[in-house]
Amino acid sequence: MANIGPVLRYPPAVLSASFLSLVLVTASARAAPFVPAADSQVLATVPARASDPRARELVTLRAAWRAQPDDVGAAVRLAQRYFDEVAAEGDPRYVGYAQAALQPWWALNSPPVAVRVLRAMLLQFNHRFDAALVDLDGAVAAEPGNANAWSWRTAILMVQARYAEARLSCQQMAALTTPLVAVACRAQVDAATGPAGPAAAALRAALQASPGASPDERLWCLTRLAETEERRGAFAAAEAAFREALAIGIPDVYLQAAYADFLLDRGRPAEVLVLLKDRGRADVLLLRLAQAAKATGDRSATSLAAELAARFDAARRRGDATHRKEESRFTLAVQGDVARALALAQANFADQREPVDARILLEAALAARDAAAARPALDWMAASGIQSVALQPLADALGGRK
Amino acid sequence: MKPLCCLVALLLAVLAGGAAQAHKPSDSYLAITVEGGQISGRWDIALRDLDFAIGLDADGDGQITWGEVRAQHAAIAAYAAARLQLQAGGVDCPLAIGSQLVDEHTDGAYTVMPLRFACPPGGAPEVLALRYTLFADIDPQHRGLLNLRAGSLTRSALFGPQEAQQTFVLAEASRWKQLLDYAREGIWHIWIGFDHILFLLSLLLPAVGVWTRRRWQPVARFAPALWDVLRIVTAFTLAHSITLSLATLGWVSLPSRLVESSIAASVVLAALNNVWPVFHGRRWVVAFAFGLVHGFGFATVLVDLGLPQGALAVALLGFNLGVEAGQLAIVSAFLLLAYPLRRSAFYRRAVLLGGSLLIAVVAAGWLVERAFNVKLLPF
Repeated sequence: MANIGPVLRYPPAVLSASFLSLVLVTASARAAPFVPAADSQVLATVPARASDPRARELVTLRAAWRAQPDDVGAAVRLAQRYFDEVAAEGDPRYVGYAQAALQPWWALNSPPVAVRVLRAMLLQFNHRFDAALVDLDGAVAAEPGNANAWSWRTAILMVQARYAEARLSCQQMAALTTPLVAVACRAQVDAATGPAGPAAAALRAALQASPGASPDERLWCLTRLAETEERRGAFAAAEAAFREALAIGIPDVYLQAAYADFLLDRGRPAEVLVLLKDRGRADVLLLRLAQAAKATGDRSATSLAAELAARFDAARRRGDATHRKEESRFTLAVQGDVARALALAQANFADQREPVDARILLEAALAARDAAAARPALDWMAASGIQSVALQPLADALGGRK
Repeated sequence: MKPLCCLVALLLAVLAGGAAQAHKPSDSYLAITVEGGQISGRWDIALRDLDFAIGLDADGDGQITWGEVRAQHAAIAAYAAARLQLQAGGVDCPLAIGSQLVDEHTDGAYTVMPLRFACPPGGAPEVLALRYTLFADIDPQHRGLLNLRAGSLTRSALFGPQEAQQTFVLAEASRWKQLLDYAREGIWHIWIGFDHILFLLSLLLPAVGVWTRRRWQPVARFAPALWDVLRIVTAFTLAHSITLSLATLGWVSLPSRLVESSIAASVVLAALNNVWPVFHGRRWVVAFAFGLVHGFGFATVLVDLGLPQGALAVALLGFNLGVEAGQLAIVSAFLLLAYPLRRSAFYRRAVLLGGSLLIAVVAAGWLVERAFNVKLLPF
C-alpha cells in the first residue's frame, strides 16, 4: 500500500525498544525549537506528488475542484477520494479536507444525495451518529437503491446497539450487494444478539462459497469471523481466522488492534511487540504496544506511555472527545487511575455500545468496585442476548447478568 | 452498484468506532504573552498543513527538507500573518513574524514563528480581541489552540471556523490599577476644578454657625457643625454621582455649554446666599439640586479621558471615589481651619462675607465667560 500520510521524522523511534535513544532525541527536540543542521535534513514526509500516482490523482482532483468549487460533481469526487484516504491511512486530516470540498452544501438541510451520504460519513467519524443517521435516512428515502447509504446506516445502527433496525437495513442492502457481504451483514447482527456459533458457521460457509471475493471483502469477513469465534471461546479457530486475514497483506488498523487484543488476552504480549512494531502512528495501536510493553517489562514501556499520554493530551486540548474508549483503557491498564478510567468508560458507553465498549465499562467498574456504574453495560448485555466469554466473567463478578 | 463501496463502508464504520484516531487532526499552537504594553508570542504550525496550503515540497519527492522550508519562510509568514489579527483595546496591532525555527509535536515537525504585535503605545491593554482564520477554507476541522498569558493570568482557548473571533478581558489584577488610575484622575479633577471647590466652600462657610433671626451665630459645639457639613457633602456627592453615572452611560446628555454655565451660576447663588441668606439651614437641598448639575460637568471630564470598553463600571467607580477623596480632603481642611476661627470677627466679616462676595464675583465672571463663550478671567 502506498504510503500516503505524513511520517514523523523518526517514525519507528516511538515504537521500538531498540530505538529508545531516538525516542529521547525526539522528546528533547520537542522541549525546545531548533534550527536544523543542514538544508538537506528531512523534517516531514508527505505524499510524493512527483512519483506517487495516488498523490498525483489527488492533486489533479483538487485542481479540478479549485477551478469550479461550486460544481457538485467535482466536489463529491474530491471529497470521496479524500475519504478513501481516511480508509487507507486512518488519518483524520483528510476528514477536514473532504468537508472543505463540500462547504457550499455543508449547512444545507437537504443537499444532493451524494453530498448527503458523504456528510454522514464525515459526521460519524466525529461520533455525531444521530446527525449522520438523519442524513442517511434522507439519502435512502430519496434513493432506495443507494447501497453505500444503506451500508453506512447499518454500521451506525450497530454502534448504537439498534439491532432490529440494523437487521432491516441489512435486508434492504442484500439485493444491492454480493452474497458474501449480505451474509456477513446479517451474521454480525446475529452474533451481537444471540449465540455466536451459528453466526460463525454462516460466515465460514459464505466465505467458502465465495472464493472469488475481493481481498477487501475477505479481510472484513475474516475479521468478523475471528471476533465471533473468540466470543464463543473457540480461540484456535479465532486465531486461524486472524492469521488468514493478516496474510491477505492489507494493513488494517482495526484488524491489527483486534488481533493484538486477542494476544494480550491470551497472555502473549511479547508477540504484540513484534506484530505492531513500527505501527504506533495510530493511537489505537500505540495503546496496545504500551500495554504489551508494560506486561513484558520492556524498556520502552515508559516512553510509549509518555507518548500516548501526550497524544491524548493533544486531543483533549482541541476539545476532541472521540478518544475516550482508548483513553479509558490506557488510564486503567497503564496509569492505574481507576476513577478517571471509569468516568471515561461511562461517557464512552453513552456514545457507543459495541462489545468492546461494554468490556471497558465493566472492567473499569470492577476495578472501582462500583457495580452501579456498570449497570448500562449489564442492561445492554441482557437486552442484546450477546454471547461473550470475555464479558460474561466480568458481568458475573459484578453481581450477575440480569 | 459495486459491492466494494459497501464493504469499505462497513470497514470504515468499524474504524470510526475503534481506530478513528490514527494520526491526528490538524492543530496549530499559538502562545501569546502580554507584558506591560508588549505583546509577543509563538505560533507553531504543522509543516504538512503548510505544504497542503501553499506547497513546501518543491521537488514533489514527498520529503520536506529544511532547505525547502527555509526557501518558503517569507511565503509562510505572509500566509500566516494574513490569517491572524489582534486588537488591543479596540486598536489593530500589526503582526511582525521573526525568523522561524522547527519543533516536534506529537504528529510531526512544525514551523515555529516568533510573533511580535506592534500595538500603539498606551500601557497594558485591558481587552484583547483575536481573529483566527488559519486553514478555515481548506480544513474546517483545523483548530487553533491558544495559550494566553497576561501577568499572572493564563487563559486557553480554541479557535475554529465557528469560533474565529474571540475577545479576552485581561487580568483582574490590572482592574485594580485601572480603578486607581481613574481615582487619581478624580482627585486631580476636583483639585483643579475651582468651580466645584468654590461651590462646596460657599455652602460650607456658614456651617460653623447657625442663622438665628437673620444673624449668623457661631456654634457652641463641634457636633452640630460636623453634622451640617456631613449633610451638605453627602447630598452633593449623591447628586453628582447620579448624574455622572447617567451621563457616562449615555442615558442622559446635556449640552456642555449649558452645563458649565449652570455650574457657574450655582456658585454665584451659593455664595450670595451667605450674604443675603435665603436657604438658612436647608443648604443640603441646594447642594443636592446643584450637585446634579455638577455631575454632568464631571462626566464631560471622564468621557474626555476615554472610557475602557468592558470596564466602564470600574472607571466610573474609580473616578467617583477619587472625587470623593478630594472633597473629603477639602472639607477636613476647612473644618480644621474654620472651627477655631468661627467666633472671630475676621471669620464673620472677612471670610464669610468677604469671601463669599469674592467667590460670587469670580463665579459671575465664569458665568459670563461660559454663557457667552468669551474670555475674561486668567483661570
